[in-house]
Amino acid sequence: MTSAMTDNVPATATGCAIPPESAKRIYARMNDIRNFENKVRECFAKGEIPGFVHLYAGEEAVAVPICEQLTDSDQITSTHRGHGHCVAKGCELNGMMAEIYGRATGLCKGKGGSMHIADVSKGMLGANGMVGGGLPLAVGAALRNRNLKTGDITVCFFGDGAANEGTFHESLNLASIWKLPVVFVCENNGFGEATPQRYASASPTIAERASAYNMPGAQVDGKSVVDVYTTVGEAIERARNGEGPSLIECHTYRMYGHFEGDEQTYKAKEGDEKAFADKDCIPLFKEYAVKHGLFSQHDADEIEEASIERVEEALRFAQESPLPSADSLFEDVFS
Amino acid sequence: MIDEGIGMARTLSFSKAINEALAQAMREDETIILLGEDLAGGHGVAHLEGKGAWGGVMGVTKGLVEEFGEERVIDTPISEMGYMGAAVGAAATGMHPVPELMFNDFLGFCLDPLLGQGSKMRYMFGGKASLPLTVRTTHGAGASAAAQHSGTYYGMLAAIPGIKVVVPSTPYTAKGLLLAALKEPNIVVFSEDKTLYSSKGEVPEEQYTLEIGKAEVVQEGADLTIVTIGKMLFVGLEVAEQLKASGISTEVIDLLTVSPWDRETLEASIQKTGRMIIIDEANPHNSVGRDIAAVISDVAFDYLDAPIKVVSAPDTPVPFASNLEKLYIPSAQRVLSEADELIFDLRSAKEA
Repeated sequence: MTSAMTDNVPATATGCAIPPESAKRIYARMNDIRNFENKVRECFAKGEIPGFVHLYAGEEAVAVPICEQLTDSDQITSTHRGHGHCVAKGCELNGMMAEIYGRATGLCKGKGGSMHIADVSKGMLGANGMVGGGLPLAVGAALRNRNLKTGDITVCFFGDGAANEGTFHESLNLASIWKLPVVFVCENNGFGEATPQRYASASPTIAERASAYNMPGAQVDGKSVVDVYTTVGEAIERARNGEGPSLIECHTYRMYGHFEGDEQTYKAKEGDEKAFADKDCIPLFKEYAVKHGLFSQHDADEIEEASIERVEEALRFAQESPLPSADSLFEDVFS
Repeated sequence: MIDEGIGMARTLSFSKAINEALAQAMREDETIILLGEDLAGGHGVAHLEGKGAWGGVMGVTKGLVEEFGEERVIDTPISEMGYMGAAVGAAATGMHPVPELMFNDFLGFCLDPLLGQGSKMRYMFGGKASLPLTVRTTHGAGASAAAQHSGTYYGMLAAIPGIKVVVPSTPYTAKGLLLAALKEPNIVVFSEDKTLYSSKGEVPEEQYTLEIGKAEVVQEGADLTIVTIGKMLFVGLEVAEQLKASGISTEVIDLLTVSPWDRETLEASIQKTGRMIIIDEANPHNSVGRDIAAVISDVAFDYLDAPIKVVSAPDTPVPFASNLEKLYIPSAQRVLSEADELIFDLRSAKEA
C-alpha cells in the first residue's frame, strides 16, 4: 500500500520527512488519544458516561500526523469517531472529557456530547453524528478559504461508510470543479458499522474513485505515521498552492467496535485482516522514531507518563465539574 | 411608474425588490456569496463573456454576476445537497452564504445540511458557532407547475428549532425582510411565492429592514381577525372588503415570519376581535396555520367568541389541471364561508 504521491518527498537531516519536534508532538498526541479513549471506555463500562461512544483508538496514525501539518486556522471536519480528530487538532482534554460527561465545563457546555465535540476556534468543525455529513461542510469551509484568500486549507476526515453516501459524490465534484483547497481523507477501517467495506463499495478501493473527479488519489498504510505524514503532506501542499483537492485513502482498523458494547463478531479471527488489526500504530511509530533518532527511548517514556497524567487530570476535571444549569436548555439555539 | 430620486419609493416588481436587496447587501458585505443553479447561467460559455445567460431560472438574480463576478455569484451543478452543505460549512467559518433552492419541493435533496447540521450546530457546540445563512427558496401553487414544483413547505422548516422562516407578501416586505435576513447571524429561510415575482409595489431605494418575527397589521378591524401568510394576504384583503359591505370590520394581519411567529400581535388582535381565521396555502396537517390556532386557542381562550378556523390547501399534492389547481389554493369564497359561520351572530345583530 505505497503511494505514487510519496515520491520525491524531501527528507530532513534525520532521513525522515518528519522534524524531531513534530515527531514528539505526534507521539504525545497519539498517546493522548489512546489513553483518553481507554479511560472513556473504562468509565463508559462503569456507567459514568451516558449515550453512545464511538472510539477512534487504533486509527491514531491517521489524524495526528495530518493535523500536525495544519495551523489553528486550517479547518477539519470529522466523523462519529471524532475524539481522535479533536485531540489531533489541539482541542484540550479537560473540556473534551467534561463534554463526554455532559458537564457545564465541556467544550460544548455539555450540550453536544461525544458525537458532537467541536472547537471552532481551533478549526475543529465538529464530530458529526451524520455519516457523510462533514463532506459538504468541508467544501464550504474551503470555499470560504478561497474567497477570503486566507491561505487556510480544510481537511475532511470521513470513513469508508461515508464514501457510499451521496454527499461524497457531490462534495468531491464541487471541490474539483472549483479547485478548492481541501484534502479528502478517507479513514478506511474496513467496516461501516458492522458491514465490510468490500461488500459495501462497488469499487475495490475508495482512492480509485478520485479519477472520476479529476483529482489525484492515493492509498496509504494508515498505521504508518510516516506514510500518512508524507502522502497527505503532499496533498496539503497541493491545496495550499491552489492546485486543488486530493483524495487519500488511509487503510486502518478500529481497535474496538463500532460503538462501545459492540461484540465485534464480524471481525476476522485469523489471516491477513487479523494480522493488520494487530499492528499497533503507536509502538510502531515509537520504534521507528527511536531508530531514526527523532526522539530517544527516554523521551518516549517521559511523553507516555505525561500523557497518562493529562488524561487522569481530564477525568478528575470532568467528574468534579457541575452539570449544566437548567436555563442552558434554552440557550444557544440562535445567535 | 418609476419615480426618480433618493428616498422616494419607486414601483418595483417582487423579483426586482429581491434582486436590489441582494445587490445592496453584497456591496457592503463581501462575505455574502450566492450559490445555486443557473444564478448566472451559461458558466464558461465563451460568447457570453462573463454575462449570465439567465440570471436565475426565474430571473431574480439577473445582473448580479456581471457586478459581483463568478466568485461571489456561484453557479453550482445540480447538487442541492452539496451546495447546501457547503453553505453551512462556509457560514460556520465566517461567510454569509445565500444558497438558492430553486423550488422548495427539492428539499428532500438537501435536508440534512439544514435539519442535521446547520440548525443544530450552534446549540450542539455550546454557542461557539454562528450560522449567518440565508436560504432563498420558492413555494406556492398557481403556476401550473404541477406536484413537484408547486408545494408549500415553509411549515416543515418552521418546525425545526434553530431555523427562522420568513414569507414575504409584497415587493416592500420582500426587500425589507431579505435585508434583515442578510444581517442575521442565524439561518433564515426566505420563502418566495413564485406567482408573486411579477407583482408590483412601492419600494424605497435606500436600504431598510423589517424585523424578523414581527407581523404587520395591514388593516385594523374590530370584529374578525384574518391572519395571512405570503400571497394569502390578497385573499384576506378581498374577504375583508366583501365583509365590509355587510358592516363587518376585519383586521388583516400579514404574518411575514412563520417561525418564530408573532404571538404578541396575534394575541392583541384576538383580544380585540374574539374571532380569527388563518389563511395558509400549505397542506393542513402539522401546519403553521394549525399551530397558530392551537396556541391562540390556548392562551386567549377567554377572549374567543368562536372557534379559530384555518383555511388551507387540501390534504393532497398540487394538481396540474388549472381548474383543480384553482380549487386547491385557498380562495376568498372558501374564507368567506368560514367567516359566515364565525360572524353569524354578529351579522344578525348588525342586520337587526
